[in-house]
Amino acid sequence: MPKDQDISVAQVPRHVPEKDAMDAASQAQKSKMSTRNLNVFYDDKQALFDIDLDVPERAVTALIGPSGCGKSTFLRCLNRMNDTIEGCRVSGSVTIDGRDIYDRSLDVVELRQRVGMVFQKPNPFPKSIYDNVAYGPRIHGMAADRGELQDIVMESLEKAGLLDEVKDRLHEPGTGLSGGQQQRLCIARAIAVSPEIILMDEPCSALDPIATAHIEELIDELRENFTIVIVTHNMQQAARVSQRTAFFHLGYLVEVGDTADIFTSPQDERTQGYITGRYG
Amino acid sequence: MASDQSGGHIVKSYDDELKHLNNTIIEMGGLTEAQTEAAIQAFINRDVDLAYRIIDDDDRIDELNYEVDNQAMRLLALRQPMAFDLRNVVAALKISADLERIADYATNIARRTVPLSEAPTIRPVHVIPRMGRLVMRMMKNVIDAYIEQDAEKAVSVWHADEEVDEMYVSLFRELLTYMMEDTKHITPCTHVLFIAKNIERMGDHVTNVCETIYFLVHGTRLRENRERKTQSDRLLTDIEPEE
Repeated sequence: MPKDQDISVAQVPRHVPEKDAMDAASQAQKSKMSTRNLNVFYDDKQALFDIDLDVPERAVTALIGPSGCGKSTFLRCLNRMNDTIEGCRVSGSVTIDGRDIYDRSLDVVELRQRVGMVFQKPNPFPKSIYDNVAYGPRIHGMAADRGELQDIVMESLEKAGLLDEVKDRLHEPGTGLSGGQQQRLCIARAIAVSPEIILMDEPCSALDPIATAHIEELIDELRENFTIVIVTHNMQQAARVSQRTAFFHLGYLVEVGDTADIFTSPQDERTQGYITGRYG
Repeated sequence: MASDQSGGHIVKSYDDELKHLNNTIIEMGGLTEAQTEAAIQAFINRDVDLAYRIIDDDDRIDELNYEVDNQAMRLLALRQPMAFDLRNVVAALKISADLERIADYATNIARRTVPLSEAPTIRPVHVIPRMGRLVMRMMKNVIDAYIEQDAEKAVSVWHADEEVDEMYVSLFRELLTYMMEDTKHITPCTHVLFIAKNIERMGDHVTNVCETIYFLVHGTRLRENRERKTQSDRLLTDIEPEE
């Protein structure tokens, strides 16, 4: 594990008020995704320990914690991106609508259609703006003809808040857009295949404040239709965009709760230490 | 101010700014307590010079209140405090507003002392110093509770306010009988009544500070129930609306 292992917070038994919190949350909102006893190992090294987390449907869940705390590892478990990493082993369960995504009979391609992902650095394909968005629907055979494909592309660009800026140059390369526009293009690409869940791994860390504000506004709009899980190092961002916040530390889920509660009255002193910028 | 955290912030200047804010509140608390004590003294000794000095000195507390506002605003804008730090800044804003108001009441008492010094003495006056002492003790303890971040102490101060209210109610009744006895008593009795009311309001603001300290420490609202209203309390509320 990287540098933060020297953080002198004892590995005390994990304090997870998850049960109570989720009882309250589940009454208010249905869980879209759940993990139970999720453990992840990279060879002999354990990266995540017994994570029980419920992701509410059509809401934004933020994962925060210091570098190396396991939040990105956790995010990657949610669409089996860890499958591609050699030596990575996952135990426990991850379910979407009650179905285990690590079930052998499950089609990973179909899974990744349902669970889209947006990365830290915008990574548009070296294709036109139009083709970037059309790529997914094409390979998934989602459009019967060109007209339908065009509709999907336009609608996705519209939802990603990008259409007005690019409608006159749809056939120019996606890589020619600004960083913030590229990131919105990647979001348009992700939503073009009608996923149910969108995972975002620090989607704004390479963007300036204005582009960041556009993405945050977009995230807020997207949560009407999608379940969003976002990893962010920017705590103000977590506070601004999410409804639930989960704090990870040294591979443990320390605390999860309503975002407003986590940022005003966290229950665990490790959470408090992290979000207030204190570490002894 | 003791920190409930195991260590300071990674950014040391942030600690310094928070400490400065806490110290400004503590200074305000000390000055407010001194102003209250002086106001009671001026009243007892019919000391008009002291009364005027109190009125002048109120500016210093207003200034500190303004300073707290500025520091808090700066912290919110530049540091974006979270969790305990956020509560700390919000608490400072609220506490300074309460202290400022308490100091205003001390000034009001000083203002009434001037005309009262020329009026004949009335007997129920002895309750005022007792009420004053009680409120001053509450103020001292609440500032200690703030410094030590001691929510329990704050709760006990909160309860002490009951006694102040009771004293006020009984004084109120006593003054009524005096006024009925002789109309010449009405003017001095009214002044004394207002002074008592000011002290009683000071106690209420101290309880606000107690509630803020409780919130600062625990992040939740203080929920305590006062005993049911006594009969005399009801008598009082018949005459004046509850604040």
